[in-house]
Amino acid sequence: MFELLSFLQLQQLWWMIVSLLAGLFVFLMFIQGGQTLLFSLPENEVEKSMLINSLGRKWELGFTTLVLFGGALFAAFPLFYATSFGGAYWVWLAILFCFIIQAVSYEYRKKENNFLGQKTYEMFLYINGSLGVILLGVALSTLFSGASFHLDENFFVQWDTNLRGLEALFIPQNYLLAFSLFFLARLSAGLYFLSNINHASLHVRIQKMLLKNTLLFLSFFLGFLAWIFTKEGFAYDALGVVSIEAYKYLSNLLALPVVAVMILLGVVLVLVALYLGIFKANVHGIKVMGLGIVFAVMGIFLLLGLNNTAFYPSLSALQSSLTIENSSGSHYTLTAMSYVALIIPFVLAYITYAWYAMDKKSIDEAEMSDASEHHY
Amino acid sequence: MSELSSVDWSRAQFALTAIYHFLFVPLTLGLSFIMAIMESIYLKTGDAHWKKITQFWMSLFAINFAIGVATGLIMEFEFGTNWANYSWFVGDIFGAPLAIEGILAFFMESTFFAVMFFGWNKVSPKFHLLSTWLVAIGSNLSAFWILVANGWMQYPVGMYFNPATARNEMENFFDVALSPVAVIKFLHTVASGYVIGALFVVGISAWFLLKKKELLFAKRSMVVGATFGLITSLFLAFSGDESAYQVTQHQPVKLAAMEGLYKGESRAGLIAFGILNPNKQLGDNEPEFLGDIEIPYMLSLLGHRHIDAFVAGLDDLVYGNPAHNIPSASERIANGKIALQALSDFRDAKKIGDATQMNESEAILQTHMKDFGYGYFEKPEQIVPPIALTFYSFHIMVSLGMWFIALFALVLFFIFKRNITHYPLVLYAALWSIPLGYIAAEAGWIVAEVGRQPWAIQDLMPTHIAATHLGGGNVALSFTLFAILFTVLLIAEIKIMLRQISKGFEGGH
Ligand code: HDD
Ligand code: HEM
Ligand code: HEM
Repeated sequence: MFELLSFLQLQQLWWMIVSLLAGLFVFLMFIQGGQTLLFSLPENEVEKSMLINSLGRKWELGFTTLVLFGGALFAAFPLFYATSFGGAYWVWLAILFCFIIQAVSYEYRKKENNFLGQKTYEMFLYINGSLGVILLGVALSTLFSGASFHLDENFFVQWDTNLRGLEALFIPQNYLLAFSLFFLARLSAGLYFLSNINHASLHVRIQKMLLKNTLLFLSFFLGFLAWIFTKEGFAYDALGVVSIEAYKYLSNLLALPVVAVMILLGVVLVLVALYLGIFKANVHGIKVMGLGIVFAVMGIFLLLGLNNTAFYPSLSALQSSLTIENSSGSHYTLTAMSYVALIIPFVLAYITYAWYAMDKKSIDEAEMSDASEHHY
Repeated sequence: MSELSSVDWSRAQFALTAIYHFLFVPLTLGLSFIMAIMESIYLKTGDAHWKKITQFWMSLFAINFAIGVATGLIMEFEFGTNWANYSWFVGDIFGAPLAIEGILAFFMESTFFAVMFFGWNKVSPKFHLLSTWLVAIGSNLSAFWILVANGWMQYPVGMYFNPATARNEMENFFDVALSPVAVIKFLHTVASGYVIGALFVVGISAWFLLKKKELLFAKRSMVVGATFGLITSLFLAFSGDESAYQVTQHQPVKLAAMEGLYKGESRAGLIAFGILNPNKQLGDNEPEFLGDIEIPYMLSLLGHRHIDAFVAGLDDLVYGNPAHNIPSASERIANGKIALQALSDFRDAKKIGDATQMNESEAILQTHMKDFGYGYFEKPEQIVPPIALTFYSFHIMVSLGMWFIALFALVLFFIFKRNITHYPLVLYAALWSIPLGYIAAEAGWIVAEVGRQPWAIQDLMPTHIAATHLGGGNVALSFTLFAILFTVLLIAEIKIMLRQISKGFEGGH
């Protein structure tokens, strides 16, 4: 059936899949957000253990989504994979370092004879949750702000700054998205803890935390929206020629009403979830939040790639900018991969089922002292 | 710094990170099945000892798994960061298995890993057992897809070259996924993981027996481990033989390096043991070995399944051997240059919209495509990989493979026919064979990957063209950071693992 789609339709389909993965990943960043709360939220070791164990049963999902995000980009948009990862070398490596240290920390933190000591592993988790998320936000923000590269006749990337990606850190606007993500992750972490951990006084502290972080999140996020909707964008025409267009992202929003509704719905759901958390300590807030984040992030990604927009603009060689059309895999590969992607709903289903089976009973202090269970 | 050193640093970095990753992966592959078998026995017999045994090995599994995941992440992105040109040139084919690995395997692994660890009191025993099996299956599936990718770079199939995009595009997914090289690579590599898992279980159990601790737990573990090990090590040798056959068919230069064979011969013998002559040069008449033991006819049999078959040596492959229809590297280099020129002509014609010229150039390109990558070389000698490293690595792997078969057989014999606790020598041999398993596996990868040089993709793309233009300084720095970080994590892992082992089966988790 996918054979019948045109090349462009397949490219759009795969941009949607990538957008969906991005949405899921940002939602799963509640794990990172939670890691930044380990030093401030709990009042004693048992409470900290509850937080860590609650996150510890989920961290792999977020990590694996990041891996899949990389793999999906490689398969569907190989020129982006090659250009961005090879070009913006140091940003990506810094992000990877932040995630490598996450992967061992849950398991090793409390183990005897663990060489680095419990505090170090907790620092690792904190770095992953803060620096990791902020760097990722900066890297994603370059999809709007652009990067300095050009492609040679073989489509091999030449990077035009010596900082190899770190130059993105010197563009102030990039921090709008970075800090939006940082605070958003803390917010979803709060909602997740409300649903996953059963502990009254912790809940009260979480509600306070939510309120403060909501204000911070909103100021960065509104700033981010103001930036992208007033900035120029990178459009391309039927021949693939790229040009700069004023208010490109705003006009994409108007040209794609479905996407506009998605983003709006997403933002509303996030706000509803926050209301449920802050004022009702409601255990279902996290689900509403999840839906909201997936809609909003997916919508923003769609603005970036659809409607003849270059999603990875080059500042130094405009015509080297990447679009979903010039950076994708072949018709054949996208078709084959689309069949593979049919399995995604099945995967989501078994993840949801396993998650449900494991979380039927929320974590409490008693469980933390039950020696017949595995703890982090 | 020059671009050359940038490539070499990228090679070193890839080697470093892959070698680290493969210190942890094989144990995941093997131990996961052994645990699943143990838990199945527990469910069948209802004997709580088996639950303890399963949980003990699981706690070790978790320690190993965490660092396996940590080191895997960088591998996933390193094709892009350090081999960007490669990633574009073959990304249309190579990216697919990586993405499929993520969708199909990694989620299965990580989802059911959580159930396996935290679910003992949360889900039903049957669902728990299923989760343990799914972890094992998931990790083996991930090995399959990554080895499809690796198999493809050893023997690229199922694609055509598109001059307009200057890259290879996939033509047949099933040719890629079911290529004989990929399939045998998968079988041999997962088998090596099973053997390492078995060595681990048998060796640690032997340690308990030497310490006269936990005798019941250790003996039971040992029986499961050694049985699993004997079966899988036999299969490992069989699949290794099949791997050598595939190498002979598709990468004759690698095979010649593995065997230190310079002058091709019919009824070629297999070198069981040899010391290479350091003064030997391509094309001269020096002896190849200072000393060696040869098994007659075996190489012809191994490589071509026929005792009289001719096995090509390095001299034949570099300088040509018309009698056996082997072109010289110089001819292939000349063909490759024609292909590169045709690609460039195609581009020029495309710019001015000259369709006839485009067709003509493309036709020339396609007829010379099989030698495309040779166009990047200047001297025929450049097509030869490091011989000594390939040769010794191969022989270390094979000798150890034979030893493991003997070891598992011995252990089983002494468990069932004698009281094994009275034979410390056997127990020590088992204990000290744990590191040997890892040495064999890494040696195998050296054969496969160093033996593939100078190609990143056999006959299509040389390694030095594949690398990102990064400047040596950048990669030297990232190499150092990886070396430090991974070494620190490895030390932590080993320390935790040793402590966990010494706490024994009752030590909790
Ligand atoms: C415990 C580890 C172990 C042991 C004992 C053996 N192997 Fe092995 N071998 C591997 C672990 C391994 C590996 C790590 O799995 C490799 C690396 C790449 C690959 O495909 O598998 C490998 C590669 C590899 C290759 C190269 C494949 C290629 O270049 O694509 C050959 C020809 C053999 N093996 C042959 C053998 C033979 C004849 C053995 C005799 C018993 C043997 N191996 C034992
Ligand atoms: C060089 C290419 C490789 C890449 C890109 C790669 C990628 C990865 C990634 C990203 C992970 C973490 C997955 C997660 O999030 O759970 C991982 C883990 C794993 N990889 Fe690799 N890998 C490579 C080589 C291999 C090989 C050769 C094998 C086996 C033959 C293998 C088998 C596994 C297994 C079993 C795991 C599970 C974790 C563990 O073993 O501890 N990988 N790999
Ligand atoms: C996990 C086990 C592996 C080990 C220990 C390993 C080892 C190595 C080594 C030693 C090199 C450097 C060779 C040289 O430059 O002389 C290398 C290079 C490389 N390997 Fe592997 N490898 C492994 C798995 C894989 C897999 C599964 C893939 C592909 C999916 C792969 C792809 C590459 C690439 C692209 C390079 C760089 C290009 C080149 O040097 O040819 N490796 N590997």
